[in-house]
Amino acid sequence: MKRVLWILAVLLSHWRRHPMQLATLLIGLISATALWSGVQALNQQARNAYDRAAATFGGSRTAMLVGQDAATSPQKLFVDLRRAGWPVSPMLEGRIQIDGRGVRLLGIEPVTLPSEVGNAPAVGRGDLLAFVTPPGEMLVAPETLRDLGLKEGARPEANGMTLPPLRVQGELTPGVLVVDIGIAQQILKLPGQVSRLLVGKSKAPRAALESVAGEKLRLVEPNAESDLERLTDSFHLNLTAFGLLSFFVGLFIVNSAIGLAFEQRLPMLRTLRACGVSARLLNTVLVLELVSLALVAGLIGLVCGYFIAAALLPDVAASLRGLYGAQIPGQLSLKPIWWLAGIAISILGALAAAAASLTKAIRMPVLTTAQPQAWQQAQRRWLMFQSAAALAVFAMAAGLIRFGDSLIAGFAVLAALMLGAALILPMVLQIALAFGQRSARKPVGIWFWADSRQQLSGLSLALMALLLALAVNVGVGTMVGSFNRTFLVWLDGRLASDVYINAASDAQATEIKAWLRERREVEAILPGGRADSQLGGAPIEVLGLPDHATYRDNWPLLESAANAWVRLRPGDTCFVSEQLARRMKLAVGDHIDVPAPGGNWPLEIVGIYADYGNPKGQIAVNYAALTRRFPQTPLTRMGLRVAPDNIAPLIAALQQQFGLDDRNVADQATMKTESKRIFNRTFSVTSALNAFTLGVAGIALLTSLLTLANSRLPQLAPLWAIGLTRRRLAALELLKTMAVALITALFALPLGLLVAWCLLAIVNVKAFGWRLPFHVFPLQLIELLAVALLAALCAAALPVARLARMQPASLIRIFVNER
Amino acid sequence: MHRIKPTALSASRALTRRAFAGGAAALALGGKALAQGFAGLGETAEGFAQVTPGKAFAFPADHGPHPEFRIEWWYVTANLSDASGATYGAQWTLFRQAMKPGAAVEGWANQQVWMGHAAVTSATTHRFSETFARGGIGQANVEPAPFQAWIDAWQLRGLDGFDAQRVAPLELTAAGADFGYALRLDAGHPLVLQGDRGYSRKSDRGQASYYYSQPFFRAAGRLVIEGKPVDVSGRAWLDREWSSQPLAADQTGWDWFSLHLPGDEKLMLYRLRQKDGRENLFGNWITPDGRSAEITAGGNSIAPLAITEIGGRKLPTSWRVTLPARGLAIETTPLNPTSWMGTSFPYWEGPIRFSGSHAGIGYLELTGY
Amino acid sequence: MLRVTGLTKSYRSASEDVAVLRGVDLAVGASESVALTGESGSGKSTLLHLIAGLDAADGGEIRLADTVVSALNDAGRAELRRDRLGLVFQQFNLIPSLTVADNLVFQSRIAGRHDEAWHDELVERLGLKTLLRRYPEQLSGGQQQRVAIGRALAPKPLLLLADEPTGNLDEDTADEVLALARDLVTRTGCGFLMVTHSARLAATLDRQVNLHAGVIA
Repeated sequence: MKRVLWILAVLLSHWRRHPMQLATLLIGLISATALWSGVQALNQQARNAYDRAAATFGGSRTAMLVGQDAATSPQKLFVDLRRAGWPVSPMLEGRIQIDGRGVRLLGIEPVTLPSEVGNAPAVGRGDLLAFVTPPGEMLVAPETLRDLGLKEGARPEANGMTLPPLRVQGELTPGVLVVDIGIAQQILKLPGQVSRLLVGKSKAPRAALESVAGEKLRLVEPNAESDLERLTDSFHLNLTAFGLLSFFVGLFIVNSAIGLAFEQRLPMLRTLRACGVSARLLNTVLVLELVSLALVAGLIGLVCGYFIAAALLPDVAASLRGLYGAQIPGQLSLKPIWWLAGIAISILGALAAAAASLTKAIRMPVLTTAQPQAWQQAQRRWLMFQSAAALAVFAMAAGLIRFGDSLIAGFAVLAALMLGAALILPMVLQIALAFGQRSARKPVGIWFWADSRQQLSGLSLALMALLLALAVNVGVGTMVGSFNRTFLVWLDGRLASDVYINAASDAQATEIKAWLRERREVEAILPGGRADSQLGGAPIEVLGLPDHATYRDNWPLLESAANAWVRLRPGDTCFVSEQLARRMKLAVGDHIDVPAPGGNWPLEIVGIYADYGNPKGQIAVNYAALTRRFPQTPLTRMGLRVAPDNIAPLIAALQQQFGLDDRNVADQATMKTESKRIFNRTFSVTSALNAFTLGVAGIALLTSLLTLANSRLPQLAPLWAIGLTRRRLAALELLKTMAVALITALFALPLGLLVAWCLLAIVNVKAFGWRLPFHVFPLQLIELLAVALLAALCAAALPVARLARMQPASLIRIFVNER
Repeated sequence: MHRIKPTALSASRALTRRAFAGGAAALALGGKALAQGFAGLGETAEGFAQVTPGKAFAFPADHGPHPEFRIEWWYVTANLSDASGATYGAQWTLFRQAMKPGAAVEGWANQQVWMGHAAVTSATTHRFSETFARGGIGQANVEPAPFQAWIDAWQLRGLDGFDAQRVAPLELTAAGADFGYALRLDAGHPLVLQGDRGYSRKSDRGQASYYYSQPFFRAAGRLVIEGKPVDVSGRAWLDREWSSQPLAADQTGWDWFSLHLPGDEKLMLYRLRQKDGRENLFGNWITPDGRSAEITAGGNSIAPLAITEIGGRKLPTSWRVTLPARGLAIETTPLNPTSWMGTSFPYWEGPIRFSGSHAGIGYLELTGY
Repeated sequence: MLRVTGLTKSYRSASEDVAVLRGVDLAVGASESVALTGESGSGKSTLLHLIAGLDAADGGEIRLADTVVSALNDAGRAELRRDRLGLVFQQFNLIPSLTVADNLVFQSRIAGRHDEAWHDELVERLGLKTLLRRYPEQLSGGQQQRVAIGRALAPKPLLLLADEPTGNLDEDTADEVLALARDLVTRTGCGFLMVTHSARLAATLDRQVNLHAGVIA
């Protein structure tokens, strides 16, 4: 043991003399661990929330019976099924508005609720009575209570009735209010109706479903993956992909730092062996040293990761809420396994990055047989091998594009593209540099290109990191830009009214309408409405569009039949949202049956419209037809056409007259700003990770250059000896670095655009259900090119400055010490 | 257990079987939840109807629920045997519990909570199941005429020619994950009022219930244990009891016997245990013609003979019973000493044999251990 | 104490096997200092490396006290080097990241044979007292070699092996360093085998052995 410690101390003494190297190694490991575990923390946080939601009262974890083609079923089916041996528990779900804020209302039946439905509210003993008998209780998560701005015990109003008093239930999923089913039926005005029946796990004999419920109900098997998990997969995959990318870029740094340290310590290792340290012991201690460093870096990385996650969490939560309606608590809570996994990934990463060096150490002979490296031959073989691998990976990507049809396949295409590009990069550089060499005339010029080629093997890892970071930046930047541009145009069409009102109740809405009709500045009142239904077993929204020129002129349709708007009027046709059309493979001219309270509503599709940012499928129908078919539709929403100058006074008058606040009445500009803000937040995480990755790539380049700078002195010394000034040499070195960085960046641009295309045409379509037009933003590309060169300049500056200021003695020593 | 532990349920769970033995047991166990539940129970006894001596029973009306009283049950136990002579027991129980007093409300706002227990016992196995339901929507209820008591798919139902005085013929069905039964119950005698003409005293401090039985059932039908059907026949016993008043706080548990004596005589006997170690023995001796007389004091005793340990609880599953005035001195042994009802509120309930001055079969219930 | 008998070693070069040692017999006694001389390529360094266990012989036997060096595996040879041999090379082979003090003790430390008194005496005799906190790169060649000798002798080895220890030093320094080494060898009573091409230096040792064409002449 003591011996091990002594050897360890000797090995570690190297770092004391080379603190920069140690710093590089640690920075690499820390940034790899930090970004990776930060992203993992975010994912874990979100998954916990989904689990909570899925486990709450029969999310998708529980088997359930749902109406075959109706949103709700009669409660009698519940009793009939119980009496036929089915361990079912009824549930009613709907949406209500509290102070203009939409929340999910869930009616449960606590007595029959299956015990497997974990996370159910422990309706505290004496509380069953309070929960089920009037006025009942309304369970709410603390977060939701805060969002609603209400106190425990408060009794908000909704749907024209006073709701049961609120009671906080800690483990409840946010955004949901839970009441007894009987009370839910009253609030939602669905007496004797249930949305679904949860099926318990009891194995008691039961009658066949058809013999009890006929064709009215359909059994939905439990799904290990929750709806939210499925929906948000893309988002998390996206995060994970960035985490992985940063992790690998971090490992590039570790790899170069360890490689350098190992080269420098070779004599030390030989001396140790000569002094009687066996190869096995030495290797053990080398691994031990690495693991200790990884442990330290891992811990620091985890702390950094925690802060990264905490910093990004609000944006992630906002993105998930905006995109999928998923509620993520804003307080980061991490399981112990996260810490352990973080440390493990740090150690494994360090070992992987050091694998080559360690293998070399194990094979190292004690006696040096100084053989000049046949670098050229080795490099050629290595280049050929890498290029072959790259071609294979590209072929795989092509295959995936052709045959893959899933989100994972989409990301696999991206990964394959990037990997292939990284692998082929050295060959591309080689060819470019060879071309340069051939076109050079002067000896220094020839040397310039030839030496750059020789440097390639040492720099290629860092250049690969730079390539990937740049390509991802170009790709994501292009995607976000395309998104933004499309979204803005779309938003202009969607928000065509000048003022938006959401009344507190139908009665108030009627009053407001009457009042508005008297106002001359109001050019049009456009009522809006929204009902919930389902299609193909998934919930959809049914949107009512008034028959008005405002909509006909502005509402953006992606595809439509002739006279679509005219045909919409009678109420037997509809538009469907792009994501619904994609999911259900619907096209203009198809027919669908939408369950409505009075029976199925057959509709012909006459148009497809973009509905960005909506997790649910949506169809749009004539407003009047909607209120006929869904009589329960709240009539509280309306838009107004008003001349710009009259908007502010009208809103003020409305607020004064009806006591409406900012949430209930807003002008178009405010709505747009708000929408844009939400949308921008969606991509802020991506941008932040993007910046991180580029930063890490810059560090990778710097460390690689530092590593090279030392080993390059022997190559530079002869040039100095034959009369090139140090300043000239330094300038040449700088130029060389910039040249390879430029070639890499130029290669990254098309790759990045390809990545963007993949994101827009494959990943987004799979993940969100919409496809965006592809826009190229040249200014952005030039900007990134400049950033890349700047990064290379920064990275090269330090070693080059050192070279320029190097004492001639150091260069002379090269000749003396060269073996 | 199971998600919710509302007062009402703990109460009704606690109140297994005749009398309030379970309730007392809950107190004895010191379970916080149950103790709280009972505290609540004590307060709200007010507002419910009270049990008083001299009630005139009316059938079939009294076969139905009495929602003005807090608790009520329909309780059937059956001693059965198959063609090869192997013996079995079957239990079917429906409990009703009112969460608060007042006229019954229809729909989800109904204040009744129902609980069902079912079990099958053989010499080698004991299977049981439980279920819960809210009143007012039809998942569980009792209708006096035509007579039907049910919770989920379990039911006790009057058959054609049902006679309210005899409470027969009946069909009894229940099934759990690994057992089930369907029995037909017939009786030649009218039902029997327990206690003093149906007024059954539980303590010296006024706690009491209305209590009647049909101990003369002949049972025949089929049991299913782990998918294997067995045709059986034998005897069965129905107990009906309702009340509003819980046990006295110091009563800790309950040992209850229903015995089929030779010559079609029946004995219902129970001992209430008190915290201070004192105990009270109550019972009725029923003659073959259906006349029922309360056991009179005087040297009557019951004493444990053998203890079975189940999950850390010590249960006296064999007994010596002595009623000198009736010339009765018997020793009872269980068909299966592990007839443990591991339900939300657990207790022991199973078929027994006895011998001595009299020999026969019956059922034993032990609560509060 | 050291007995080498019939030692053979050949190296495989591109086309043929080159026999470097063709049956070497050599003995070094306790407290005896022997100079191994020979022209370039005569195999003297190879012989030294084989004795040090840095490489394995093809045939013959190396025996150090009661240990048959040629029969040991790599771990055994490492242990032998650590505990019983001291090695000094032409390129001083100090660990650049350790101070003089740490370089001096580290072999005796890992061998578990650190002797404080002997260590102090070494520092004293080698004149390193004022240099202990320096790093090797801050020392002159002679100073570095003195540290190397000190490190090799710190665990009190049975045999000190030196491969051209003064090859990088000027004549005066070389004499001085060698004198120190001889002194210390005498003081510890260990054997001393030194490879050198300098007849002048060889003459200062007890005995000279000349290796020629793979055999002791």
